[in-house]
Amino acid sequence: MAQQVFKRPESLKDNVFHYCPGCGHSIIHRLLAEVIDELGIREKTVGVPPAGCAVLAYNYLDVDMGEAPHGRAIAVATGIKRCRPDLVVFTYQGDGDLAAIGTAETVHAANRGECLTVIFVNNGVYGMTGGQMAPTTLPGQKTTTTPGGRMALRDGHPLDLSRMLALAAGSVYIERTAVTSPKHIIKTKKAIRKAFKVQMDGQGFALVEILSACPTNWKETPIEACKRVEQVVATQYPLGILKDATHEPTADNP
Amino acid sequence: MNKQLMRGSHVIAEAATRAGCRFYAGYPITPQNELPEYMSARFADLPDATFIQAESELAAINMVMGASMTGVRAMTSSSSPGISLKQEGISYMAGMELPAVVANIMRGGPGLGNIAPTQQDYFQATRGGGHGGYRTIVLAPCSGQELVTLTMKAFDLADTYRMPVILLGDGLMGQMMEPVSFPDPIDPADLPKKEWVLSGARGRDSRLIASLQLDPVKMEERNWKLVRKYDTISQHETDFESYLLDDAQLVIVAFGTAARIAKGAVNRVRGEGLPAGLFRPITLWPFPANPLRSLAASIKQILVFEMNTGQMIEDVKMSVGDISPVHFHGRPGGVIPTPVEVAEVITGLMR
Amino acid sequence: MKKGFIKIDSQRCKGCGLCVSVCPKGRIRIAEALNLKGYHPAEFQEDEMDKKGRCNACTLCALICPDVAIEVFRE
Repeated sequence: MAQQVFKRPESLKDNVFHYCPGCGHSIIHRLLAEVIDELGIREKTVGVPPAGCAVLAYNYLDVDMGEAPHGRAIAVATGIKRCRPDLVVFTYQGDGDLAAIGTAETVHAANRGECLTVIFVNNGVYGMTGGQMAPTTLPGQKTTTTPGGRMALRDGHPLDLSRMLALAAGSVYIERTAVTSPKHIIKTKKAIRKAFKVQMDGQGFALVEILSACPTNWKETPIEACKRVEQVVATQYPLGILKDATHEPTADNP
Repeated sequence: MNKQLMRGSHVIAEAATRAGCRFYAGYPITPQNELPEYMSARFADLPDATFIQAESELAAINMVMGASMTGVRAMTSSSSPGISLKQEGISYMAGMELPAVVANIMRGGPGLGNIAPTQQDYFQATRGGGHGGYRTIVLAPCSGQELVTLTMKAFDLADTYRMPVILLGDGLMGQMMEPVSFPDPIDPADLPKKEWVLSGARGRDSRLIASLQLDPVKMEERNWKLVRKYDTISQHETDFESYLLDDAQLVIVAFGTAARIAKGAVNRVRGEGLPAGLFRPITLWPFPANPLRSLAASIKQILVFEMNTGQMIEDVKMSVGDISPVHFHGRPGGVIPTPVEVAEVITGLMR
Repeated sequence: MKKGFIKIDSQRCKGCGLCVSVCPKGRIRIAEALNLKGYHPAEFQEDEMDKKGRCNACTLCALICPDVAIEVFRE
């Protein structure tokens, strides 16, 4: 009798993803659903999706979800979590959402130590709107608004917001991972799981930045795009733990 | 009931707390800073209440949005430039049908303007204010005691109709001290249960609160559904005050602080034997168009008096059409006219 | 040696080819036929066509599949 060793997580709805071939978003959706299943928190989780390609994340994740304006997901999540600290609240945001239009909300939530789990998907472009330059776009990278490539002196430098957030006193756990190979995907899942646990233990602000490919807007095949993340993007945004101030909960310091 | 002397901003904060409000997020801006200050102290004593001084007005209104998603009575307050920033969130909440109370203690504009009391945000408040063609209920208090009743009513209306409600005051309303009395506080646990909130999908399907609707046909349906709700509100929630209208030949139409000044002017010209009266819209949206139209048939002329360059006058003219001539007297910029000045305008029109 | 097999939902698959790139046994290929959405989906090659070794249910293909189109079974 064959035993099934890999199946669809229960917290993932049966809908077919609307994402392009090779898109990292749907891998991350699946990992989130797996973590929610494994932690047994589906019935007390609330998600806040972003504007952008993942705006329809609620078509896939079978948990309560509430929309936020572009960039404001963490502010909305703050309102939810402060009113219902017993819920597990996460945001799901792209680089434009979190590191451009939502920079203020992100920095201040981290600084206040809001007890939230933030999933930050960095693919270096605005995907939904057609591949414009993002704050994370690499120097020289061609986008639809940097047709000759991003020039730092004209268009700004790539912004490593996660590193800035690690400086905020209220942030507890920040890790950068990728979803470009099975090895990295396993690491990403572990990081997401930890970011949820940090919140569930009431420790504070946890964020996982996930380097992800956007083959369509990069005009590469999915395999080329994944290679590019590992060989090029990850040199600008090195993978690994940027901050881990977590502690084992004790009676004195829960 | 005991009366206490309180500043308008404090009255709003206390009334909100007594209405069961348990979430406040705001950002400092003059002339309403006493409101968040009072709230921060008041909520510190309530274990189930959250006060956040947000990093911006944008963050504040979006925090209120999140709080509202959980079913908690939530509010924010600001003054004109800050309210402009909050329009993003107000539009989203209109689209998501989320209740919230937003107090706008108006100041001079456009732009940074000044910090003096005006009524220059009438258009913004009564026309929705943000994008997408929505409405918010707009309540215009004109006394300390009315700040109590209208603040509390704002929360009820917001919950009943699931939409943002604007409490439209001005710098004078916010700063002025008057004796007020409060009803007993409402325990949030006694408020009607909201069946639509985000609470975790325990024993039910997962829930979504969103304004996004990519299908134009479904979006159109939602737009018309909102209009039907707005029609219901127009039919049932319009409110106004009549003052000495029975024999009036000239009716002055004014709201909020301007209405207080107008009342003084009416008293003054009555002393000289001139039959003037006051029609004071309490709900600016929905505007009390029908009662004003009925009134117009029995009077000789209307004077609209606003602390702006003429905004409500458009609603007055739409209400009365050609039935009655409509005059205007306005003082924008934060100038506070006296009853004597307004009485002179009335006298000039009636003599 | 562990034996396994995978099932690919050819209608969910968008033919991105990531599973093909990670299969240590080279057992997955892109089909010539189109699915209803117009993609060439990935397909699992049956035993008799393969000389590189049997599927051992390592799940790498399913781990990287962006469309959760692959189920993995161990015998």
